[in-house]
Formats: sequence, structure tokens, C-alpha cells
Amino acid sequence: MMGSESAQDGVALIELSGVVKTFGDNHVLRGVDLEIRRGEIFTLLGGSGTGKSVMLKHMVGLLRPDEGSIRIDGRDVVGYAERDWVEVRKRVAYVFQGAALFDSLSVKENIAYGLREHLSLSEQGISERVAECLSAVGLGGIELRMPAELSGGMRKRVGVARGIALEPEAILYDEPTTGLDPANARRIGELIVALRARLDVTSVVVTHDLDLCFSISDRVALLGAGCLLAIGTPEEIRASDLPEVREFLTGDLDADKDLWSGADDDVRAAARSGGE
Amino acid sequence: MTRVASTGGLLGATGRWGLAVLDDLGRFSILVARTFQVMGRRGFPIRETIRQFETVTVRSSTIVLITALFTGMVLALQTASALGRFGAKPYTGSFVGLAFVLELGPVLTALVVAGRVGAGISAELGAMTVSEQVDAIRALGADPVQKLVLPRMLATTLGLPMLTMLANLLGILGGLLIATQAGIAANFYYQSVVGVVTLSDLISGLVKTLAFGWILSMVACYQGLSTTGGTVGVGRATTRTVVVSSIAVLVSDFFLTKLIMLF
Repeated sequence: MMGSESAQDGVALIELSGVVKTFGDNHVLRGVDLEIRRGEIFTLLGGSGTGKSVMLKHMVGLLRPDEGSIRIDGRDVVGYAERDWVEVRKRVAYVFQGAALFDSLSVKENIAYGLREHLSLSEQGISERVAECLSAVGLGGIELRMPAELSGGMRKRVGVARGIALEPEAILYDEPTTGLDPANARRIGELIVALRARLDVTSVVVTHDLDLCFSISDRVALLGAGCLLAIGTPEEIRASDLPEVREFLTGDLDADKDLWSGADDDVRAAARSGGE
Repeated sequence: MTRVASTGGLLGATGRWGLAVLDDLGRFSILVARTFQVMGRRGFPIRETIRQFETVTVRSSTIVLITALFTGMVLALQTASALGRFGAKPYTGSFVGLAFVLELGPVLTALVVAGRVGAGISAELGAMTVSEQVDAIRALGADPVQKLVLPRMLATTLGLPMLTMLANLLGILGGLLIATQAGIAANFYYQSVVGVVTLSDLISGLVKTLAFGWILSMVACYQGLSTTGGTVGVGRATTRTVVVSSIAVLVSDFFLTKLIMLF
């Protein structure tokens, strides 16, 4: 199930080409081409409201493109019905920005959700797997707590634990460090790297956190105005003399965009209403 | 959705409203169809259905009980005095019994449940939607319609008739309390209820509540799942649920009654 040996490194696991997505008047993605290689940590940078999360959601079918094609493991998934996506979603986990833990379920049941849905494990098997996942994210013995009792950093890590429960081939992280203090943010970065080493997993990270981006990534892309502005290794991006990249890295673009703090919400709201 | 942005004025506004209503109706129909579709599918959420059934029945029984009891009391009070004007006071029991079993029991219970359970469903699903928990269910390869909508629909549809039976009982009992004070013997009251109210009256009332429960739970689920705009949106969805489902209950009550009378 896992991308096995180094022979597969460098082979595209997820491929987007010419992906266009519009919500009403809002052209969020204007033709994005991108490939995520097996086993890499790929970071998608961009200011608020540039469509990073929208792009990530296309990779597990939470949103459907208006135009363009998406290939996962070489298979075109654009025409997939909701039920066809189930197989993809078992292999590609999505870690939500706010963790999106189920409030009515304990930490254990949150993590066990996918296990109960897709595998027929014994109750003991489930408990063991849940404990494994929790220890992988550095949280032990909190199985019986409810999400409301956890701190922000813990919630994010439980979100990651839920993501890895089905031993996915890829994990998509939506703003994994947003809202966390620097220490917790660094921990999440270390966790992403550790999980890659441990599970040989492909990671796609959407963020505007430059520290995180440059400390963990194999490759980085910068998204602006619905298009990829630049793509390359962290060093290449840092050395880029494209004005948009310089602006983003020095904070000008981001500061500007943050005035539109509601923009992201609008996109999300539109995304939801047009989601299916 | 098709846009009519360039058209201003009343015509444009009417057009936009019309399109929005059609859009809602379309999406609602899709949700209804999807709910039927997932019914026989593997992985039926039995635990969640039981939990929801408990919310609908046990946890709503107090408010239903109080509403029915006092409505029965005031109905008997008014009826005894009104019927007394033309010497028909002894028929109070028959009147209260029929009124409750045919109309008041089903409709009052449905309205109370729309306010309590319907609002609760749409607030919960709305909060889950805006906090991406509904997307999380999808991302984990499960179906939100099966996991969230189906249990709530079944629990409300099956729970409402049970609550209605309780309301019927309490309403008639409330009437009894007042009737005895108005000089009607308890035994006579009892006889005048069971002598007039037939089993088919009872069933016709309960059949309607199946429809009410289905309608209000589907409206609540639809509003919850289509919530946008954060916490403000959750409030809006909740209000809309209570308004739409109350109107739907009252309007469908008329047509269902017409329909049942044909048989």
C-alpha cells in the first residue's frame, strides 16, 4: 500500500493540470498545473484568500474543478462520483485547519472513525491502533477526553492522528500551524517530518508560515491570484528575484492581503455551497 | 446558479428571489433523494440513531407534556363555557378528545418539536458545517447524509408519533381536570371521550405526525448542512428552520387532512 522503494521517488502521486475553479464572481483558481511527487514534502505558500485551501480540497474531492484534470496515482478522478472518492480518501488523508474534530465524540472515537468505517478490526485492535496514532503525534493517554477539553495545539495533533489512522499514502495539511504559538508550530513542523520518515508518506502542506515552509519542504510553490507564481526547492524560492515572490517573502503581499481577513471565510463559504 | 445581476428594480428582485427558491428546492430534493438512497447501505449508524431518538422522545417529553396538559385544560375551560351556552356542556369530553386526537395533539407536538428538535438539529449540523466537521466526514471516506441526516430523519419521523400519543393522553387528562370542576363527572367525561373518538381518528392523527416528523427533520438537516457564514450563519439557519418547518407543518396539515378524509 505504501509507496515502496526509492524507485518510486519522483513519480507523481497527485497531478493537477489546468485546474480552474470559480465561486460566483470569484475566480479562485485560474488554471493551475502542479504535480506532487511520491514521498516528498511539498509546501504550497500563498497569502490569505489566494486559493491554497481550495486547491488542497480538490485533491480529495471535497471540491470539484470547473475545468482541468486531476490525476491521482495516474488515474483521472475528475469524473468521480462521491462514492468513487472513498477509495482515494482512504489513501489520501486531509488534516483540516481547525482540526475539525467531531465535538460529540471522544478523542478515541475521532481517531477510530475511519477505522470503523473501512476496516473490520476488533475493539482491541481499534484501541491499539488509536494508541499508536496518538503516540505517533506525541500524545498518550488522552483517548477518553473530549475535543472541547483539548488545547489548540493538542487538537491539531489529534487531527493529524485521525489522518494517519488508516495509514495513508499521502497527508494533506491545511494550515497546520495557524493559530499556534511558535513552540507548538515548531512541534507540528517536526511532526510532519517525523511522519514522513516513519510512514514514508507524501505530504502536501498549505501554509503562509515561512518558517515552517523553509524548515520542512523538499519543494515549494507560491500561489498568487489563482496561479502558481513560482515553484522550486526552498533555496530556489528564497533566491528568486520575481517581484511577487520577493514581495511575499518580505511580507508586503501578506500584510496587504491580511486586510482582507474575511476573504478566506468567503471562499470557504462559497466553497461549501458550491461544493457538490 | 444563473445570475440576474444586471436586472435592477422589482422585477430583478423577484427574479432573484424566484431563482433562489428554486435553487433551494432543487438542493432540498437532492438531499431527500440521497437520504432514501443511503437507507439500505452498509454501515447504518445504529448508535447515532438511538441517540437521536432519545433526544427527540425522552428529552422533549417534558415540554410536550406541559404544552398538552395546559392546552387540554384551557380547551376544556373554554369548551365547557361555550357549550354550556346552549346546554351542550356534557359534550366537553367528546370535543376535547376529538380536537386533541385529530388536530391539537399532532400539530402542537410537531410545532414544539420543530422549535426544540428542529432548531437543535440545524444548529448542530450548522456548527459542524462551518467548522468543517461535515467535510471531515467526507474526507474520512464516510457519507454525511448516512451518518448525520439519516439517523435524525428516522428518529424524528418515528419519535414524533410517540410524543403525539403522549400529548393526546395528557391533553385529554388536562381536560378531565377542568371538566370535573365544571360539574362533569370523571366517568362521564371518560365515556364521552371513548364513545366518540374512534381508532381511525387516532390513526389519522398519528399518520400525519409521521409526515410532520419527516418534513421538519429534513428541513432542519437541509438548513444545517447548507449553513454558510460562520456563527452568524448558524443562527440564521436555526431561525429559518423553525420558520420554514412550522409553516410546512401547518400547510401540509391542511392538505394531509383533506387527503385522509378521502379514505
